[in-house]
Amino acid sequence: MSEPPALGRDDVAHVAGLARLSLSEEELDTFTGQLARVIDHARDVSSLDVHDVPPTAHPLPVRNVLRTDDPCPGLDRGEVLAAAPDVEDGRFKVPRIVGEAP
Amino acid sequence: MTADGSDSAAALADAVRRGERSARSVVEAALGGIAARDPELHAFLHVAADGARADADAVDEKVRAGEDPGPLAGVPVALKDNLCTRGIPTTCASRILEGWRPPYDATVVTRLRDAGAVVVGKTNLDEFAMGSSTENSCMGPTRHPMDPSRVPGGSSGGSAAAVGAGLVPLGLGSDTGGSVRQPAALCGVVGMKPTYGVVSRYGLVAFASSLDQIGPFARSVADAALLLEVIAGHDPKDSTCLDRPAPEAMRSLDVGVEGLRVGVCEELVADTAPDVSRRVREAAEDLAGTGALVEEVSVPEMRLGLSAYYLIAPAEASSNLARYDGVRYGLRVDAPDVAQMNTATRTAGFGPEVKRRIMLGTYALSAGYYDAYYGKAQRVRTLLIRAFDRVYEQFDVLIGATAPTTAFAIGERVADPLTMYLSDVCTIPSNLSGHPAISVPFGAGDDGLPVGVQVLAPALCEERMFQVAAALERLAAARARPARGEGRR
Repeated sequence: MSEPPALGRDDVAHVAGLARLSLSEEELDTFTGQLARVIDHARDVSSLDVHDVPPTAHPLPVRNVLRTDDPCPGLDRGEVLAAAPDVEDGRFKVPRIVGEAP
Repeated sequence: MTADGSDSAAALADAVRRGERSARSVVEAALGGIAARDPELHAFLHVAADGARADADAVDEKVRAGEDPGPLAGVPVALKDNLCTRGIPTTCASRILEGWRPPYDATVVTRLRDAGAVVVGKTNLDEFAMGSSTENSCMGPTRHPMDPSRVPGGSSGGSAAAVGAGLVPLGLGSDTGGSVRQPAALCGVVGMKPTYGVVSRYGLVAFASSLDQIGPFARSVADAALLLEVIAGHDPKDSTCLDRPAPEAMRSLDVGVEGLRVGVCEELVADTAPDVSRRVREAAEDLAGTGALVEEVSVPEMRLGLSAYYLIAPAEASSNLARYDGVRYGLRVDAPDVAQMNTATRTAGFGPEVKRRIMLGTYALSAGYYDAYYGKAQRVRTLLIRAFDRVYEQFDVLIGATAPTTAFAIGERVADPLTMYLSDVCTIPSNLSGHPAISVPFGAGDDGLPVGVQVLAPALCEERMFQVAAALERLAAARARPARGEGRR
């Protein structure tokens, strides 16, 4: 497998958009330098040939953990909604969802 | 009594249970200490004084009624502010959660209360537990209890400093890459990370879910064992919490180490400062002197841990922190539509380190780079686990340094994230493998500040790990080279 290219300014702008973060031009420069150093350090991992090693997603070999389906009270709705920035008629309220495509 | 002469948690609880001391007086003393000392230290983000007094009175009421209030009766405990506490602010030291009061308690908080412990407050941390110095807090840094110009380590620096300064006998932190053990080492207290799944993560605000574990801070190995026994054990609310009884950590404390095979892990010694590695070698000599079979061992795969961790942890964080969208709780910055509101909220609410990690993780998971970064890091994680399995055929435990240096100066490492990340190099392997590890104070560095020696054990071998930790604590005391009182103030 060929090595991935170095991380650049466009990559940082792209992932910031995906992560819903807005960066100033100055921040973009700073973050690009810092993240490129970390990604460069990660070459000791990204350059390894480990195709025959299975990945570990989780340290425990547990599968299909289920608990008994006993009804029990959930969180108090009023208490949960009281923490929300905006509510209406017992629901979370948000600004417009449908509109021009982003 | 602990090594420095303060009351141990166990002794306080005994005195309260026997009615010799009231829980209220114990808690008042702790609150008084916090009021006097914390303006300088800034270990606490919130002091729950009224609630603590009420909880202490309830413990005293039980004692008067002839009921047993539990093994931590009246013991003041400080909680890292990423552990949910019903009705008490839980901020993760982030603007995005400022003012939020969770509608439920974390399982560890419920267990503490059931054991008679009294929550006195919430402690400072690097925002969302991302950092190694507690400087990434939106509320400002915590200061080292012995030298206010230095960091206490992190990310659980507030709990470590609170215990290190003697404000509380016990604290809880979370350890994703060393965030309990590293500040424990820097502050001269005991800190441990349990085997992944031994302690419920329900109510711990998620950072990297396959790595996070809650762990105890204490001023002695025995108190850390006592606290672990209280918080560990199965919880149906966390599907990754193992269905087995809590480790009997207290049982093995006096056993000693005769005949135990101890590996001195080269990778956890070689890259540390000379004054730190000297202490590790002394610890190894002392263990050998009391009958342990001590040998050097190399685990070269550990050198890949840092890179693998700084791909895996940010990847998981980028996913976990997607929930902060300004809809259900926490900060919202108004904007004309939802996407813009999400962006405005997250941009204003997260600090620079959290943004770095989210972007790093999003990059490591993004199309075209997933196999090269996240995928490879997961395979390296397997390599590391296999290497540990191999080494533990020859050794019962491994020892090494907990942190490469003693406490560093505030501001020293903030400009370069990679340098800061290197502070975790000795602790990260145990998170990737899911194994338990503990840091025990063992003498001081050239600057007079504490050094921690780390004991690593195979999965679910907490009892053996505590056995060695308790021996190290006795050996450190025997060397009578106190970290405090000599050198700097």
